[in-house]
Amino acid sequence: MSRKPRDKRTSIDDVIASLESGMTIGIGGWGPRRKPMALVRAICNSDLEDLTIVSWGGADVGLLARAGKIRRLVYAFVSLDSIPLEPNFQRARQTAAIPEIVELDEGMFQTGLKAAAERLPFLPMRAGLGSDVLVNNPWIKTVTSPYDDGVGHEELVAVPALKLDVALVHLNRADMHGNATYLGPDPYFDDLFAMAADRTYLSVEQIVDTAGLTVDTPVQRVLLNRMMVTGVVETPNGAHFTNCVPDYERDERFQKAYASAASGSDEDWQAFHDRFLAGDEAAYQAAVRAFTEENAK
Amino acid sequence: MSDYTRADVCAAAIADAFKDDGEIFASPMGLLPMLGVRLAKLTSNPDLVISDGEAFFLAGTPPLFAKGDVVEGWIPFRKVFDVIAYGRRHVMMGATQVDRDGNQNISAIGPFAQPTRQLLGSRGAPGNTVGHRTSYWVPRHSPRVFVERVDTVSGVGPKRAKAAGIGASRYNDIHRVVSNLGVFDMGGADDTMRLVSLHPGVSVDDVVAATGFALEIPAEVASTREPTYEELTLIREMLDPKGLRFKEVPQEEVAQ
Repeated sequence: MSRKPRDKRTSIDDVIASLESGMTIGIGGWGPRRKPMALVRAICNSDLEDLTIVSWGGADVGLLARAGKIRRLVYAFVSLDSIPLEPNFQRARQTAAIPEIVELDEGMFQTGLKAAAERLPFLPMRAGLGSDVLVNNPWIKTVTSPYDDGVGHEELVAVPALKLDVALVHLNRADMHGNATYLGPDPYFDDLFAMAADRTYLSVEQIVDTAGLTVDTPVQRVLLNRMMVTGVVETPNGAHFTNCVPDYERDERFQKAYASAASGSDEDWQAFHDRFLAGDEAAYQAAVRAFTEENAK
Repeated sequence: MSDYTRADVCAAAIADAFKDDGEIFASPMGLLPMLGVRLAKLTSNPDLVISDGEAFFLAGTPPLFAKGDVVEGWIPFRKVFDVIAYGRRHVMMGATQVDRDGNQNISAIGPFAQPTRQLLGSRGAPGNTVGHRTSYWVPRHSPRVFVERVDTVSGVGPKRAKAAGIGASRYNDIHRVVSNLGVFDMGGADDTMRLVSLHPGVSVDDVVAATGFALEIPAEVASTREPTYEELTLIREMLDPKGLRFKEVPQEEVAQ
């Protein structure tokens, strides 16, 4: 019998097979940065439906919306950054294609994840007070401070826990047990997503041995501990077309092609979909390589 | 020096919005705000803390969008929320709509359930406006931006903050609205928007015509100050030698 912790390596197909329609799925990264896009693409191609998606939204939200997978969307923004507005998300909102919309303040979103990670029903904060976030989400309540802070008993937002069935995150390196490092400048909130979820599936650029995780980078970059992780998938270029620095920057040219197809006619989108999204991850990566070569000429 | 442009006037007016802030995190959203904040750091308020907009606090004051500077700290997205709660921050945000009560909208145009135009989402505006000083930058002043009532309240103006209670109003501080036509604050009657100064070459009538609500106009309207020789030199030779500012406020909008 092995004296090591479990080998959690798995495949995209097995991760998707373990998910169920109606689940609440949190997606790590931030806008167009370090998104678990290989897993997102696989969900788009699955028969999963009625999902609640919780995300600092980028093209992950756009793709899932366009594929008709989202019943309820929890977000604070959806943006591609260099292209400020996400056309597939805009389209979904402007045609009311997503039945339930939960637009939060960014800080509320983080606080909701924190509450879930700490197994609390809510955490108090100021953000949201006075804004239409509370008007548009009347189920979000306020709470009166039991303490007089010299200004009376403040009424604060009771930010509800954003409890997730599953978190999907993408990092730079992991070992087979689920310990994982980010090598870029920003951890985003991936550890919070993992702790807010019952199960976390991690995709990474590269699986290395455990010693390899800290051989060339400080231990402080180990963001995820294996006790937070259910399964690890090695998916090189798996965050494409979002960035995964220092492994790669955002593919701006591809993003432009995506946005242009998404904001074009149904035929434009269908052509983009058929070329890039209809097959599996290997087919996607091959199509991207061909696209890159074509445009390098 | 009389050949300054409207964009230079705007940059100096934005810099002035940050001059009395002391040692806080100045967070500009957009190009002119970035220019104005960096100008303030080089002139009126060297204590300002600035970032690259990604994950680092910068020790120096590099040109717009320059890569590489001495790093003096770490400010990944998660720590921005710590600073918002801590309160030592002044953000200057954009506003797709802003109303008489200083409410701002970057979320959606039209009914929220099915917008005619979906925008970014509320981002951090609800938290910023109840957490610390917040200003707005509007590069094209028009009745479509300055509306009687915003469609969705992302950023909270003083009246709504007060109505929501002390938890909301305690740190609500809508400081300045700077547009390509003038500078405004919330010092009007009943916490409404008031004209503070007109940029050189702009008349009260220009502003009234471009504003979709009844703006409080003081009996004597000041002129936004001209940028100094030092400021113009810093803008032109150091911070924005390529003239990126003219993408937001065209060079043709001359000040005189």
